[in-house]
Amino acid sequence: MSTENTIEHKIDKADLDGKQEYTITVYAENRIGLLNRIAIIFSKRKINIESLNSSASEIEGIHRFNIVIQEGYEVVRKLARQIEKQIEVLKVYFNTNDEIIWQELALYKVSTDEIAEKVTVERLLRQYGASAVVIRKDYTVFAVTGHREETDALVKALEPYELIEFVRSARVAIIKDSAGFHEKLKEFEAFEPGEELVENEFLEKGEKIFTM
Amino acid sequence: METAQDTIQQTEAKAETSKTLFKGTGSQVLLNGLIEEGVTTIFGYPGGAIMPIYDALYDYADKLEHILVRHEQGGIHAAQGFARASGKVGVCFATSGPGATNLVTGLADAQIDSTPLVCITGQVFAHLLGTDAFQETDVINITTPVTKWNYQVTDAKEIQEVLAKAFYIAKSGRPGPVLIDITKNAQLQLEEFPEYVKCNHIRSYRPKPKVRVEYIEQAAELINSAKKPFILFGQGVILGRAEEEFKAFINKSGIPAAWTIMGEGAIPTSHPLNVGMLGMHGNYGPNVLTNECDVLIAIGMRFDDRVTGRLDKYAKQAKVVHLDIDPAEIDKNVKAEVGVWGDCKETLPLLTNLVNENKHEDWLAKFRDYNQQEIDQVITPELYPTSDDMTMGEVLRNINEICGGDAVIVTDVGQHQMVACRYAKFNNTRSNITSGGLGTMGFGLPAAIGAKYGAPDKTVIAIIGDGGFQMTPQELGTIMQFGAAVKILILNNRFLGMVRQWQQLFHDKRYSFVNITSPDFVALAKSYYIEASKVDERANLRQALETMINHEGSYLLEVMVGRENNVFPMVPQGMSVSEIRLK
Repeated sequence: MSTENTIEHKIDKADLDGKQEYTITVYAENRIGLLNRIAIIFSKRKINIESLNSSASEIEGIHRFNIVIQEGYEVVRKLARQIEKQIEVLKVYFNTNDEIIWQELALYKVSTDEIAEKVTVERLLRQYGASAVVIRKDYTVFAVTGHREETDALVKALEPYELIEFVRSARVAIIKDSAGFHEKLKEFEAFEPGEELVENEFLEKGEKIFTM
Repeated sequence: METAQDTIQQTEAKAETSKTLFKGTGSQVLLNGLIEEGVTTIFGYPGGAIMPIYDALYDYADKLEHILVRHEQGGIHAAQGFARASGKVGVCFATSGPGATNLVTGLADAQIDSTPLVCITGQVFAHLLGTDAFQETDVINITTPVTKWNYQVTDAKEIQEVLAKAFYIAKSGRPGPVLIDITKNAQLQLEEFPEYVKCNHIRSYRPKPKVRVEYIEQAAELINSAKKPFILFGQGVILGRAEEEFKAFINKSGIPAAWTIMGEGAIPTSHPLNVGMLGMHGNYGPNVLTNECDVLIAIGMRFDDRVTGRLDKYAKQAKVVHLDIDPAEIDKNVKAEVGVWGDCKETLPLLTNLVNENKHEDWLAKFRDYNQQEIDQVITPELYPTSDDMTMGEVLRNINEICGGDAVIVTDVGQHQMVACRYAKFNNTRSNITSGGLGTMGFGLPAAIGAKYGAPDKTVIAIIGDGGFQMTPQELGTIMQFGAAVKILILNNRFLGMVRQWQQLFHDKRYSFVNITSPDFVALAKSYYIEASKVDERANLRQALETMINHEGSYLLEVMVGRENNVFPMVPQGMSVSEIRLK
């Protein structure tokens, strides 16, 4: 249903060659070695993966990868098809940032003394929506979830106040316009995959074709 | 421990009541599975980590023929030749470590040329994995980029399911090579196994997209509106066993059709709508007219750069209809106006129904005009040379005259390959076996051995250059031992000819390390007890070829051809197909 439309909608508005951030969502079997199979599709083309997350999905036994890259639409589409071609991959979607809801988690280790002494730090942390995960005498660990710019901004803000350690997770993303994978999986499990699985954007641009 | 006698009794018991469990080792159940999958021939080489499988094989000699090759690369190329000639899945065995790494070139070749293979490699005991044990290599990760699928078995209970999946994956959809790595403990493990069940569905794998009539209708409308339509076909027609469907399509639509070297032979050379070969050394008309046609219909081909030349000057005026079973191929290199996803065995008849009957006489006449120019300037001098030097083309012409187009021609890689593809006549499908995508020198000899096992009733001629032959000459030993009646034709120009041609044309004739010397090939063959002879003048050529072809067993013939002959026409790299040179 909807995800195909999102692809259409992108063709119109995105500059086809212009690089931008794309989030690729891969539904796959949970199998040893599959991550490597997917990763080499990028490295073969010398494309850097900015972020990669592997987790459970809404369906038991089905794995979900989120991969973030900076590329043009055409390249991303080819990559998506190459990934979908892998035997253990069920389905691949790719979306621009405005089509997804996404979050990253960042952890910050700051000296507890610094926070205690300097009111600005406390204000900063509140301003960025940070929550304390661990408070010890020597240090405190805060967590922030949000977009890259938000977690980055706090790193910058904390720089003057002895940021001891910083780490950020890969991106996790939910496609706004997706009904989840339950229905799709039923089709995959059926002996003959149904028409829904045969997505082809050519079908949607019939009027553009017969111009001879 | 059970005895071999027990095993035989159990196998018999299984035959009687199929539900009875089979008790045996992982190795035995693997071999039983191969038999269930219809395997008759295995190309392989034993070694430490695959010894339990070879031990079991000892008792299967009446059901499984094992061809002991001389190098694992030879084994996998033979399996490729077998698969390409027969249309069945090729099977090869190798041990862990170097045995497995020697398969890599063949896997890459089979991957890029979509050849169905199941390769079984032995692996060290599961408890030794990751310890850098003797002959341990991370075969799964080494072969991941060059296999359609691979899997490491560490428990014998997995073997049946994995083998069934392997065969299903290798041969379904767009075919490709599959590798199963089996640890030694799993090979030895004694278990009770259920009946073997073939695989016909994997939920995460769609071998072929379901055909939707909408695309067919769009494609037909475009084709029917075309004034100058042109068909390009590739191996997809052969792999899809759609030769008849393809013929019906071109016969009705009257559209001229040209082939990639992987698609050659899908329709006979003599078919009136077969206008020849595409690409760098393809025919004049098909290349030039690619940039004049109004609708380009690509069927089971992937727009390789050797076919398209410079992509931004390739068929820009044309609307492209692309039929392919692999959705990833559509829009990969050339943008399609209409992409018809699906198995061409299914899509072609639907399309044939909707296209108008047509003749396209004027358009076909253009192909004939270009062909005449090519005949005058290139083909006649190549096939009927006037100088003393023999040409590769005249050798091919003689083969055509002797075999009438019914031989299976296996080539290596280089000038002789291009000449063979250009001039060999084919009446039958699966008759042109060559390393297309990967361009693997050393492919020819072992692949011809496999092809002979795959098509035992055919005359199999391996055409090989003096360079390529020296990459896998050890497989003469395989021919010697197993008697594969392969005709080996070495076209010797005492150069690495294709590289020399490029150096001549594009590097100011700076011949850098292309001057290759050869052993006495005749003496070499004879040392393997293979009949052989050598021809260095035209007067003896025909007789020598007839002797080779009519010889009962294997035979090696070395033909000395002109040293600095070039293959033309040629689309120089980085140029457009319409800038093809006749000289």
